[in-house]
Amino acid sequence: MGEEDMNERYMPLAATIVVFLAIYAFGAAAYNNFLSTLVFGDLLTDNAFVIIAAIGATFVILSGGIDLSVGSMIGFVSVAMAALDAQGWHPLLSALLLVSFGAVFGGAMGALIDACDIQPFILTLAAMFLLRGLCFVITLDSLPINHPFVAAFSDWRIPLPGDGRLSASALLMLAALAAGIVLAHFTRFGANVYAIGGDRNSARLMGAPIRRTMIQVYGLGGFYGALAGVAYAFYTGSGYPLAAVGVELDAIAAVVLGGTLLTGGVGYVAGTLFGGLIQGTIQTLITFDGRLTSWWTKIVIGALLFFFITAQRSIMRSTALMRHPA
Amino acid sequence: MRLDPPAALQAPTRRPAAAPKFSEWRAFWPLLALALILLVDAFISPGFFTIRLVEGRLYGSLIDILYRGAPTAVVALGMAVVIGARGIDLSVGAVIAIAGAVMTELIHAGMSAPAVLLATLLVSLICGLWNGALVALLDIQPIIATLILMVAGRGVAQMIDAGTIVTFRSDFFSAISTGRLGPAPSRIVVAAAVYALTWAAMRRTALGLFVESVGANAEASRLTGIDAKFVTISTYLISGVAAGIAGVLITSDIRGSDANNAGLWMELDAILAVVLGGASLNGGRVYIFNTLIGVLIIQSLTTSILVSGLPPEYNLIVKAIVVFLCLLLQARPVRQAVSGMIWAKRT
Repeated sequence: MGEEDMNERYMPLAATIVVFLAIYAFGAAAYNNFLSTLVFGDLLTDNAFVIIAAIGATFVILSGGIDLSVGSMIGFVSVAMAALDAQGWHPLLSALLLVSFGAVFGGAMGALIDACDIQPFILTLAAMFLLRGLCFVITLDSLPINHPFVAAFSDWRIPLPGDGRLSASALLMLAALAAGIVLAHFTRFGANVYAIGGDRNSARLMGAPIRRTMIQVYGLGGFYGALAGVAYAFYTGSGYPLAAVGVELDAIAAVVLGGTLLTGGVGYVAGTLFGGLIQGTIQTLITFDGRLTSWWTKIVIGALLFFFITAQRSIMRSTALMRHPA
Repeated sequence: MRLDPPAALQAPTRRPAAAPKFSEWRAFWPLLALALILLVDAFISPGFFTIRLVEGRLYGSLIDILYRGAPTAVVALGMAVVIGARGIDLSVGAVIAIAGAVMTELIHAGMSAPAVLLATLLVSLICGLWNGALVALLDIQPIIATLILMVAGRGVAQMIDAGTIVTFRSDFFSAISTGRLGPAPSRIVVAAAVYALTWAAMRRTALGLFVESVGANAEASRLTGIDAKFVTISTYLISGVAAGIAGVLITSDIRGSDANNAGLWMELDAILAVVLGGASLNGGRVYIFNTLIGVLIIQSLTTSILVSGLPPEYNLIVKAIVVFLCLLLQARPVRQAVSGMIWAKRT
């Protein structure tokens, strides 16, 4: 693998980081206090659950699939946490149970997708309905989680220089990110995911275990989705059946903004962090401004998706042209 | 470039030479699913199949299914065309919201109703053109290209409405959506017209052939002289206009534009209907009749749950389970196993 090759591979990731820094710099120039550890710490905390879900989605997308059930998984886990809390369960115990449930549920989806040859888009769509339906069966109202552990979790923080703080949610997200990076880039499983996403038939011919890897990928997606649900429940201290509706799209957008190709096989887990932070920063900017209304968030994120994808394509095209001049 | 074995293998022959086995008729499995749902309805609700004529208008559960399913049917028919060309359109829900907002704004601006209708459809056509241009000209993956409008479009609709729900009164639009034409509710007639137009375009013009050809293999189609970019853009134009028509129906129904909720998650129901109809997201086939059956499966399921008296919170779970069963029924390995069992019994 030549040096030139490596540069090309890192290009989308570098572009994402540049975009994030540019948006953040714009905020720092336009508003007082934007460039503070307080704002940055809150940015990490507020977007922790979306980014955790997006890390799982990165694996699924790297394998060439898609998982639409993430938002419903977050909602279901938050509601189930609250319901178990009412039964007197310790939040850590119910978190452990639900994260295992997420992994098994995701694994079952992966098995069905591979064994029955069902398109991931459609199967995970059905799973999205199922999990959201389970939320409604458990409760139609918002349920509080009263256990003191949850309050302690959301109060706990590491003070940063300045007024900022690194919350437990943010630390959980960073730990999940570190685990994701290790899994993707330093294990055989990670190599198999990239191989299957790059070219499934070649991967099969080279002896990559397709069925097992598919189960693991969607299992990991379910695991991260459930972990995001736990983070959400701890963050809000409640369970709500309509929680995180549409978060699967935020997660996919974070993955794409992070430079991962939806066709699979190309991308970095670290990029997803910045993809999620870009969305969060735009939201923070709009809150800071105060004059802009919420619909601008949607329009700006849409516009940014557009510019980012076209920029990414032209970078890829020009580097391809440089390497193989027509 | 590589061949795509799954799409090629899955595609059933359009006109089988010999008399096909009944279970190989491609509408068989979707129709079976629909028949089973309706059969359950016949047991849980005795009057389910009664259709009455009250004050010159048809009433009954079956009419209700058609009535409520009409906007989804219109969207799903457009979606079937896009999927046939190996695309997908996630933005239809947002286009519905935009169409509703534009329509409401123009009515308040004092434009005449037919002009409002034309302008609204023109705006939805432009939305389709945007999607088509991103996919065909900029070569962006359909799912991401249409995600852009899905995210931004609802924001645009909210901007047009200035963040509120704007209501209006219009006899013309009420007549289109909630009125009747003869004994039939007019929106069913609208959906039937869209069905007929889609059928004619896909089965009686070269466009239909090109769409399926591009969906099966865009590169090969281009080499045979088909303007694949033009065909791809056309499919998104069709889907955009279909979403616009559905937007007009939905907005006229509630007599107002609700940018947050109009057509929310409609794209998912539409895609689901196309797939329940037996189409592959890998493209290559446009199933028009089957898509309609898919819509009817989804809508009759919702109506059945209402009729059955099951608490509405079970609605989504039942829907998910039925969708799972339909997907399993249509999965090739499962179908082969089932067919194998039936065949083994006969011999």
